[in-house]
Amino acid sequence: PLWIKAAAPSTNNNSSSTTPPDSDPNGRRRIHSMLKLYYGLNEEGKAADQAESLDPCDINGPHFDPEVYLNKLRKECSLGELMDHESCMVKQIRSLDSDMQTLVYENYNKFISATDTIRKMKNDFKKMEDEMDCLSANMASITEFSARISGTLQDQHAQITKLSGVHTLLRKLQFLFELPARLNKCLELQAYAQAVSAHRRARCVLQQYSHMPSFRGIQDDCHVIMEQLAQQLRQKFRDGGSSAKDLSECVELLLQLDEPAEELCDKFLSHAQSRLEADLQGLEAELKDSAITDTGGGSVQKTSELASKNIPEMANGKLHVFVDTLAARYFSLVERRIQEEKGVSDNSLLVRALDRFHRRLQAISKLLPGSAVPSHGTEIVVQAARERIKQYLSALQTFYHDSLTDVRQALAAPRGASSKDATPSLPELLASLSNFILNQLKSVLASVHLFTAKDITFSNKPYFKGEFCSQGVREGLVVSFIKFICQSSRQYCESAGDRGGSTPPALLLLLSRLCLDYETSTISYILTLTDEQFLVQHHTPVTPVTALCAEAREAAQKLLNHYVKVQGLIISQMLRKSVETRDWVNTIEPRNVRAVMKRVVEDTTSIDVQVGLLYEEGVRKAHSSDSSKRTFSVYSSSRQQIRYAPSYTPSAPMDTNLLSNIHKLFSERIDIFSPVEFNKVSVLTGIIKISLKTFLECVRLRTFGRYGLQQIQVDCHYLQMYLWRFVSDENLVHFLLDEIVCSAAHRCLDPSPMEQSVIEVICERG
Amino acid sequence: FVNKLQYLARIDRARALTAQTAETDAIRFLVGTQSLKFDNQIHIIDFDDENNVINKSVLLHDAGEIWHISGSPADKAVLTTCYSKTSESRVLTCAAVWRMPPEWESGNHESPDDSSNNPQTLELLCHLDNTAHGSVACVLWEPMGDGKRVISLAENHVLLWDLQESSTKATISSSATLEGKGQLKFTAGKWSPHHNNTQLATANDTAIRGWDLRSMSQIYCIENAHGQLVRDLDFNPNKQYYLASCGDDCKVKFWDVRHINEPVKCLEEHSHWVWSVRYNHSHDQLLLTGSSDSRVILSNMVSISSEPFGHLVDDDELSDNEESQQEDKGKEPLQDSIIATYEEHEDSVYAVEWSAADPWLFASLSYDGRLVINRVPRALKYRILL
Repeated sequence: PLWIKAAAPSTNNNSSSTTPPDSDPNGRRRIHSMLKLYYGLNEEGKAADQAESLDPCDINGPHFDPEVYLNKLRKECSLGELMDHESCMVKQIRSLDSDMQTLVYENYNKFISATDTIRKMKNDFKKMEDEMDCLSANMASITEFSARISGTLQDQHAQITKLSGVHTLLRKLQFLFELPARLNKCLELQAYAQAVSAHRRARCVLQQYSHMPSFRGIQDDCHVIMEQLAQQLRQKFRDGGSSAKDLSECVELLLQLDEPAEELCDKFLSHAQSRLEADLQGLEAELKDSAITDTGGGSVQKTSELASKNIPEMANGKLHVFVDTLAARYFSLVERRIQEEKGVSDNSLLVRALDRFHRRLQAISKLLPGSAVPSHGTEIVVQAARERIKQYLSALQTFYHDSLTDVRQALAAPRGASSKDATPSLPELLASLSNFILNQLKSVLASVHLFTAKDITFSNKPYFKGEFCSQGVREGLVVSFIKFICQSSRQYCESAGDRGGSTPPALLLLLSRLCLDYETSTISYILTLTDEQFLVQHHTPVTPVTALCAEAREAAQKLLNHYVKVQGLIISQMLRKSVETRDWVNTIEPRNVRAVMKRVVEDTTSIDVQVGLLYEEGVRKAHSSDSSKRTFSVYSSSRQQIRYAPSYTPSAPMDTNLLSNIHKLFSERIDIFSPVEFNKVSVLTGIIKISLKTFLECVRLRTFGRYGLQQIQVDCHYLQMYLWRFVSDENLVHFLLDEIVCSAAHRCLDPSPMEQSVIEVICERG
Repeated sequence: FVNKLQYLARIDRARALTAQTAETDAIRFLVGTQSLKFDNQIHIIDFDDENNVINKSVLLHDAGEIWHISGSPADKAVLTTCYSKTSESRVLTCAAVWRMPPEWESGNHESPDDSSNNPQTLELLCHLDNTAHGSVACVLWEPMGDGKRVISLAENHVLLWDLQESSTKATISSSATLEGKGQLKFTAGKWSPHHNNTQLATANDTAIRGWDLRSMSQIYCIENAHGQLVRDLDFNPNKQYYLASCGDDCKVKFWDVRHINEPVKCLEEHSHWVWSVRYNHSHDQLLLTGSSDSRVILSNMVSISSEPFGHLVDDDELSDNEESQQEDKGKEPLQDSIIATYEEHEDSVYAVEWSAADPWLFASLSYDGRLVINRVPRALKYRILL
């Protein structure tokens, strides 16, 4: 390393010099060297310094030659300089002298104090030596004493040891001798556990020394007592009246008394069985009083817990069988109990009970790893959940029916009889109905959701994670309910097919709107809600939203069609009666529009209002500007006269057919009971079509006199005046009314139509 | 091959149509006209199958407009009509038995230009005098009988007539009256061809009733068989308890009269009242309906027909020939279905009728006087036959 190299010359220097190696601090060394210089010591061996201070003129150098120096000064310096030099020199000498004096004084002082110290030490050591002598003397005497004491105590110590040994032995013996009495006392006090432990402690000793007659006596006594005790225990065990804990204690003690384990096991199990039987019977009795479901779970669990603690491996099989048979009975009870749980009021109670039930069974599974009990228990829970869903579905269904009944009653309540606000309007009813249903569905979902709550032990079973959510809740509950709504709606159409009287038309209309609303929004909302709440993962195929929507739409369509049919039928019946019951041949000259026509118009108007409450207006074909004023020019004008007047002359029978066929050629075929669209105009068109077609068919079955025909003319004109505004295509009304009048004319014995102006006057008069 | 033929009757209006029941060679239909002003006529429509030509003869029926017409099953020249007669501002529908003059067939085929040619008149055999009972809805011949017995339905009376002295004299042999509340007027009826011709079915309002003609008493009653008026009935020619009905609720229903609570089957294909329903005389799965929606629908009701699905294969045959079994399996059973909807009519169709001579041919008549003759589609025909 570097320092070695660097140090090498200096060591060389040092070795060459005679200076001692204690030259570390530079300051001291300097002073030291200065002193040396002054005293002229060790000029020799300064080879190293010589290089620098060979100059004899260096006043501090070792080779200082005063002569040379003086000569040099004298030669070189002026007097003044010499003077200065001298004074400076004097000054230096003086300071050096004082330094030296100080050093000498210091050294002297130190020497003095060192001498003092040495003298003092000398004194002290002397004193110490004396004390040490004294100490050693004392130690010697102590040693001597102690040796003496131990010598004297030796015998006694051996004796004491021996005595204490005898003492313990005696205590043991006393224990042994007292054992029979103690055991007896224990027996008296029924402290069996103490007795057994005491006996256990003494047993081997007694065994060992049984060849000695006295011990033998004790042993025999103990045997007798223990026999008695075992007898008592057995008795107690047999009685089985005590609690399960006592019983298990008994078993434990008996086991320690070397009773045959197998026999004990059997007995124990049989006891436990009888106890549990009693429990189960109690449960069975309670079943009727709708107690909480889970009381029995604990006892089974407890018993098996104790049992498994006590009974070794070899009894495991028996225990399994035992638990399985009992559990089977218990399960059947629980199942029955759950089945009785019909009310859907408080689901959380059931879920909690099931949870507890399940938890206990899980505990059993920890005790008996191989047992089928827990899985069976899970099955029961699953089954219960399934049942619950079914019950909820039926509850929803009844709720739906009930709310429909409410709506029905609200509809049936006479309007105006009470104050007007007492009977809610159709939109209000619809809104409240759909709200009721939605809220009910939501609350049911919330209740069912309890099954999958995180703190419920069985919620993480694969069934509750997958199938329960998708197949159970989504399909079994929500989808089924929506399907049920659609289906029951459809049933309204079918059951009401006869006479249409059973269902109020307004209800049909309302339901149709409800289904349509379901189609447009509610279904997707409900399903999204369900999926979100239950995080449904669709492992199995589920009903798509579109299919449900299609079903709802179909139901809505059916209901609306049916509504049209029913309303059409009501008006048709009025018209039919009015045509069938009148003697058209002998009727008087028309003076008024018949009341039934006014009624038809009124009814149509009220239907229009009713439908307008729930459905949009819809599109109608452009009206001709004079729609309301349009007259039956077709038959009332002279042209029409020509149309059928000649047809009564045999010469040209073709004309009529030709005309009517040409006429029909240009008009589209009218489907009377055709599906309608979801709007007001379409609905009204449907109803009017049905009514007028009925009118036509009825007219064709009758024979008319002159005034009969004229009455029909008046009636049709009146209908024309009011009905056009309801339909999508007014030509349809024209066409049908035209056909009616034409048919009446054909069925007329004396066809002389009324003047158009007269008709108008009569109609406007009302 | 022409599947359909139209015949535009030279008539103003017509409702009555019947096949000439006793005629088994020629395909012949009778149409009665309805006119209050002209002389009413009976048009005899002959369809020449080979040449696809329609021939028409006209007989004069001057008693009044014809509401119903029915041919005797025994004598092809004899027929009954129900016609309305106006006297003293009162309209009454009467019934009478007529005989066609023997000469009508001999070259009296009316040519279109020949309209002035005076048609021959029907020969009146006897009136079914009903002045005491009111208007007659229809007259029914005893099915496959000897042409001696007819039933007329007048208002709420069922009248069984014996025709004597070559049908020139009609006497009421027995009668029954429907009593009760509501609309009791008969609208239609059918004499059952089963049970030795002892049963009759009638329709009034929405109910269908069965009658035993021996005791003239009601044997069953299907209340509310239809939602509205029942328009027509027909018995299944091969299954004695089955009948079809149709009505104003646009439905066609099939009944087993032993279980009258529910219809066996219900069709809802028409968009307005169904006025007429007819079983094919030999293949009862074929059903014809006519409606005032101007449509005629031919349906194939396999599931309730007397012919089972496909064909019965003998067990022996099955075991002998495995191939045929497989073949049989491959052949799908026919489903109940609509075979065809005929839309040639432009006005309400009030009557449809199968031909008595050719089971694959039928006619339909609409109010504007158009008669359309159609055939069962050939494919279906072969399927049924083979």
